[in-house]
Amino acid sequence: MTLHLLALLAEPQLPKLAPSDSFWLPVDASVTSRNIDWVWDFMIWVSLLVTIGVFVAIFHFITKYKAKSRAANEIAEKSAEHNTALEITWSVLPLFVCIALFVWGFKGFVDLRTPPKEAMELHANAQKWKWTFDYKCATGGMTDDTLHVPIDRPVRMLISSVDVLHALYIPSFRTKMDAVPGRYTDLWFQATKAGDYPIFCAEYCGTSHSDMLSHVVVHPAGQYETWLKGACEKADSMVGPERGKKLYSQQGCETCHTIDGTPKIGPSWKGLFGKMEMMADGTPYKVDENYLRESMMDPTAKVVQGFAPSMPTYKGKLSDKDIDGLIEFIKTLK
Amino acid sequence: MSEPSTETQAAKTASAPPPAAHEGHGHEDHGHEAHDPIHAANPHLAHHFDTPQQQFDAGKLGIWLFLLTEVLFFAGLFCAYTVYRSMNPEVFVYAHYFLDTKLGALNTCVLLISSLTAAWAVRNAQLREQKMLMINIVVTIACACTFMCVKYVEYSHKYHDGLLPGHNFQPKEQIWELKSFRDKHPEAAEYAEKLAKLDEKKAEAPAGGAAKPSEGKAEEKAEKIERPTEEELEPLLNAGLVGPRSLDPSAHISRPRMAHVFFGIYFFMTGLHGFHVLIGIGIWIWMLVKAAKGQFGPTYFGPIDFTALYWHLVDLIWIYLFPLLYLIH
Amino acid sequence: MASPTTTADAAIPEKKGADDNYLTHDKGFASWAFTLDHKRIGVMYLASVLSAFALGGVFALLVRTELWSPGRTIMEHDTYNQMFTLHGAIMVFLVIIPGIPAALGNIILPLHLGAKDVAFPKLNLASYYLWIIGCLCMLGSLVTNAVDTGWTFYAPYSTTTQTNVIPAAMGAFILGFSSIFTGLNFIVTIHKLRPPGMTFFRMPLFVWALYSTALIQVLATPVIGITLLMMIVERVFGLGIFDPSLGGDPVLFQHFFWFYSHPAVYIMIVPAFGVVSEIIPVFSRKRLFGYQFIAISSLAIAFLGFLVWGHHMFTSGQSVLAGTIFSAITFLIAIPTAIKIFNWVSTMYKGRIHLDTPMLYALAFLWVFTIGGLTGVFLAVMGVDIHLHDTYFVVAHFHYVMMGGAITAFLGGLHYWFPKAFGKMYDEKTGRIGALIVFVGLNLTFFPQFILGSRGMPRRYYNYLPEFQGLHQLSTIGAFTLGIGFLLTAISLGRALKNGKPAPKNPWGGVTLEWTTTSPPPYYNFHTPPPVTAGPYDGYENLVYDEKIGGYVAKT
Ligand code: HEA
Ligand code: HEA
Ligand code: HEC
Ligand code: CUA
Ligand SMILES: [Cu+2]
Repeated sequence: MTLHLLALLAEPQLPKLAPSDSFWLPVDASVTSRNIDWVWDFMIWVSLLVTIGVFVAIFHFITKYKAKSRAANEIAEKSAEHNTALEITWSVLPLFVCIALFVWGFKGFVDLRTPPKEAMELHANAQKWKWTFDYKCATGGMTDDTLHVPIDRPVRMLISSVDVLHALYIPSFRTKMDAVPGRYTDLWFQATKAGDYPIFCAEYCGTSHSDMLSHVVVHPAGQYETWLKGACEKADSMVGPERGKKLYSQQGCETCHTIDGTPKIGPSWKGLFGKMEMMADGTPYKVDENYLRESMMDPTAKVVQGFAPSMPTYKGKLSDKDIDGLIEFIKTLK
Repeated sequence: MSEPSTETQAAKTASAPPPAAHEGHGHEDHGHEAHDPIHAANPHLAHHFDTPQQQFDAGKLGIWLFLLTEVLFFAGLFCAYTVYRSMNPEVFVYAHYFLDTKLGALNTCVLLISSLTAAWAVRNAQLREQKMLMINIVVTIACACTFMCVKYVEYSHKYHDGLLPGHNFQPKEQIWELKSFRDKHPEAAEYAEKLAKLDEKKAEAPAGGAAKPSEGKAEEKAEKIERPTEEELEPLLNAGLVGPRSLDPSAHISRPRMAHVFFGIYFFMTGLHGFHVLIGIGIWIWMLVKAAKGQFGPTYFGPIDFTALYWHLVDLIWIYLFPLLYLIH
Repeated sequence: MASPTTTADAAIPEKKGADDNYLTHDKGFASWAFTLDHKRIGVMYLASVLSAFALGGVFALLVRTELWSPGRTIMEHDTYNQMFTLHGAIMVFLVIIPGIPAALGNIILPLHLGAKDVAFPKLNLASYYLWIIGCLCMLGSLVTNAVDTGWTFYAPYSTTTQTNVIPAAMGAFILGFSSIFTGLNFIVTIHKLRPPGMTFFRMPLFVWALYSTALIQVLATPVIGITLLMMIVERVFGLGIFDPSLGGDPVLFQHFFWFYSHPAVYIMIVPAFGVVSEIIPVFSRKRLFGYQFIAISSLAIAFLGFLVWGHHMFTSGQSVLAGTIFSAITFLIAIPTAIKIFNWVSTMYKGRIHLDTPMLYALAFLWVFTIGGLTGVFLAVMGVDIHLHDTYFVVAHFHYVMMGGAITAFLGGLHYWFPKAFGKMYDEKTGRIGALIVFVGLNLTFFPQFILGSRGMPRRYYNYLPEFQGLHQLSTIGAFTLGIGFLLTAISLGRALKNGKPAPKNPWGGVTLEWTTTSPPPYYNFHTPPPVTAGPYDGYENLVYDEKIGGYVAKT
């Protein structure tokens, strides 16, 4: 477990798929996935049966009844041209299968959609192209770009988006939900295996849709609280450029801003402070603390020339301490 | 499927391919291209049809199907309308005071008259009443043009008042200056004035906020207005100044914020309808030309009939639009 | 129905002599550009649709090449997003929706009905030009700043992205009208231009299929039209219907979109069912099994298809109740489809099967479509779809049904009617090899995608976890195999056009009306009106193969 914690402190990295003992499905790590996995297995067997059946029938017929040549002018043997009993049989059998599948699928779905009342609540924020997760600390809160959850406890995720549609997808929990701007959606799960599982963004959201990854860390019994306490303290104690640096990756600034001078979706932060920036309307503006603050709180107020006004506002998401930290961090990028 | 066994059918087909009309539906013989008297007698009969009746039936079915697609086309908009109205009923009530019911009613009459003359024109064509046919078409066109002129007047008012959809929604006129609103809801008007002052104050405060009527921040300031009492609230609800879901005074914030959706829908629906009227005018002019050439008569009146059907649909859509947009309660 | 009469030859020759046909009737560019002849319009559609297919295919190959390795292989993020969007939009709106109805249907439908033309020839030509205009709009987006929204145009991404969404949406809007006009024309043609004696239950199943398709085209397409229009207006004026930052509801867009686009998948597949229903009995030399069941099931599919759109939105936040209803009805569609599959297979029982190219495609269709359809059933199971939604499993599902189903049947139909439409025989051997390569390539490309998807690989991903690489590479190899198959087929058909053997009237021994006229048909289709006295699949035993002319003639 300590390994996971260490991994967290390091630079963000690609999540890894844990090896699974199923050929088809990823490792299952939640209570709801069982319901789904056996329906899946059932479907696989039905499909195998039907496709092999169809294949065998076709193959049998084309070998047995293959015509010799056109010139031979063979005439098909007489046989029935329709058979109501047969038609009914092969309509009703699949119908039964379908009814069963519908009922099981419905059950699985209702399970997935109804979180237990005692579920602990976490908030997931989607924005282009970063997931962030809010945690409650003893005082105030803390935000992280990794999802941490305790084992064997139901967790309800409240999902929101600030820009376009995204979808929170955790394959190992067999669950997925769209993040819809302007409203909250939710999903729930209860992890059954400690470990580290990937999270994907499954709804197309533009340029870096495929890099909008994260991971969920399932802490073994009792360790979640320890982690949360530590993380809260750390988040709280961090000030100045260090805090800014952390926020830079946690809040997703890095998806649009580099610190090495190359422009991305937004201007690079390298050498930003003190520079004269040209605005879209042609007026130059000197970058100072107030300008930086405004850029984060009301990004469309002044738009830098050559860039689209695509930055979301961070009002309400960054505390004053956070903003100070970011400004300090930007100042260090000479 | 015909049920005799395969052998008998085979025998039938193999023995003697019958010339035509074997099953004899009482139809004429099928397609004798060369010198066939029916085509010779009917210059407007296309080569691939056998009889004028068949051609007319095909056209009729075609136009009905087309009208069906038109209905579905507008149905999408009506759906959007329904969704937004049920989600924000107060916005719709509020915004409709900006529409001029009198002009709308005038247009309704104009279109009804034109529908009448259109139907009459069909009769004229069937009976070869050349002169009445021309007159009726001209009247129809005149009505359609009147409709468009009135729409133009309405649109230009909206334009001047800044009542445009989406980003361009910047109303100049305040609602309490609208007579129609004051007449109906004197009690609400007073309260509305208070809200207006509040709005003005807010407009001064933030600098960058003008581009987007964006969220929040008004809440703190809204406290300056006292919460209306139960009795006070009722007329406000009726007037669409507050929504049923949010009964606190700051709720009026959502009113202008969402009103642009109403005007979006208004312009979209009436604009699309107007476009159909324009197309209709074009077709009627074409029909007028054809009529002037004396082409129509008892065996060939399809085009007039189909145009009239189209016209009735355009009329019908307006009959729905008018109450839905102008007469909201 | 048809007695494939030879007596037709004896009838009065047309003014230009006996070998006059619609291809030689008039000459010059204008005679094609302004033609009202359904066959020529069909041929123009065919050429256009195949070109669009090649273009869409090239985009597919670029997509697959990029996915050879995680991260950058040959292009940037944004380019990749534009590539798959264009690939999807071209394949759906320009290729597969007009593919069978407007290209093959236009050539064959009036022939099947023994009619001289469709009911509204001018509307037919208008529909073709709308296709061209729609295509130009799409290309306009392509060459400027290509659209990157995915073919689904989901709001609010589509209303806010910087790329040129409007021309593409405008293109889809115009193509919608093209499709409506084709559908409307076919409905009226089928109702009003059937020859005496051809009752509804004597129509060939291809006609039934086109009829069901046309109903969907007419009833569903207007909705996508108005939706795209609203999206465009939203983009330009900020209407506020779909974009939540303006007070709109993005889920509403999805409802509107799928209300059309689910029925649209049946616009793609039902004509394919029709083609397969024509091919299988002819090449089995046997009456189709369960004709009426197949005919009615097309209508059933068309009808049910309108009630299931929400199965694309199980994770969108729609209510549980809505999801439940949509899921339940989705399962019902499996039943009429099952009926068709089983009837086709049964038709071969005790037949005398000839494995020519069209039949090979039809058989490939049967098997591949079964897989595609069954995986659709996986997706209809709500609980399972939550896991599979927007993964490569869905991508594999719809390629199995669209590429493996509709395109395969399209190619089958193309080979089947090629001699009739162009009066030339293609090289049978190359044809078969082509079919085989396509079949292998198809499975190699798309089967690994099922595994990718079920293991959690999301779709529309430019970059992916290294664990997925092996399967992606298999898929890419498959795509190039497919490319080779199509190239071979294209070359084979192209060569046949130039110097193929002249085709006889009835090379396959079909008994529907089109085989009673010459290949290619005369300008007015039939020298004498064909009599209709029996069902569409009766009387194979009345035909004998004549080796001298390489085709079938009536038994004497
Ligand atoms: C030609 C096009 C075509 C066809 C015919 C189908 C056919 C079907 N489709 Fe598919 N589908 C698409 C094209 C098509 N689909 C596309 C393009 C998408 C994705 C769009 C996007 O998001 O970009 C999609 C997505 C899609 C989804 C949404 C997935 C998601 O995004 O999460 C679902 C869910 O229910 C679904 C279901 C089905 C079903 C149940 C059928 C049924 O009609 C299949 C019926 C056939 C059979 C079942 C096989 C034959 C039957 C038997 C041999 C009998 C035995 C059967 C049983 C025992 C059950 N499809
Ligand atoms: C009719 C529909 C259709 C067809 C036929 C295809 C065909 C193919 N598709 Fe496509 N595809 C879609 C419809 C279709 N697709 C849609 C709707 C999407 C979703 C888009 C979105 O997400 O928005 C999609 C997405 C999609 C993706 C997913 C992208 C992503 O999510 O990131 C991939 C990836 O492998 C892919 C691959 C392929 C391949 C390899 C083929 C191959 O089968 C192509 C083979 C064809 C060729 C190689 C052309 C060769 C032709 C010639 C040489 C000339 C031929 C001429 C004659 C025969 C006369 N497609
Ligand atoms: C979706 C992309 C995106 C994200 C995420 C993003 N930005 Fe930006 N940012 C932009 C764009 C585009 C611009 C330039 C246009 C403008 O000025 O609004 C910009 C401009 C800025 C500027 C002004 C830069 C200059 O050159 O004047 C600052 C400061 C800034 N962003 C800070 C941040 C911070 C802090 C965060 C994270 C907490 C962040 N941004 C996240 C896109 C983004
Ligand atoms: Cu976020 Cu895709
Ligand atoms: Cu669907």
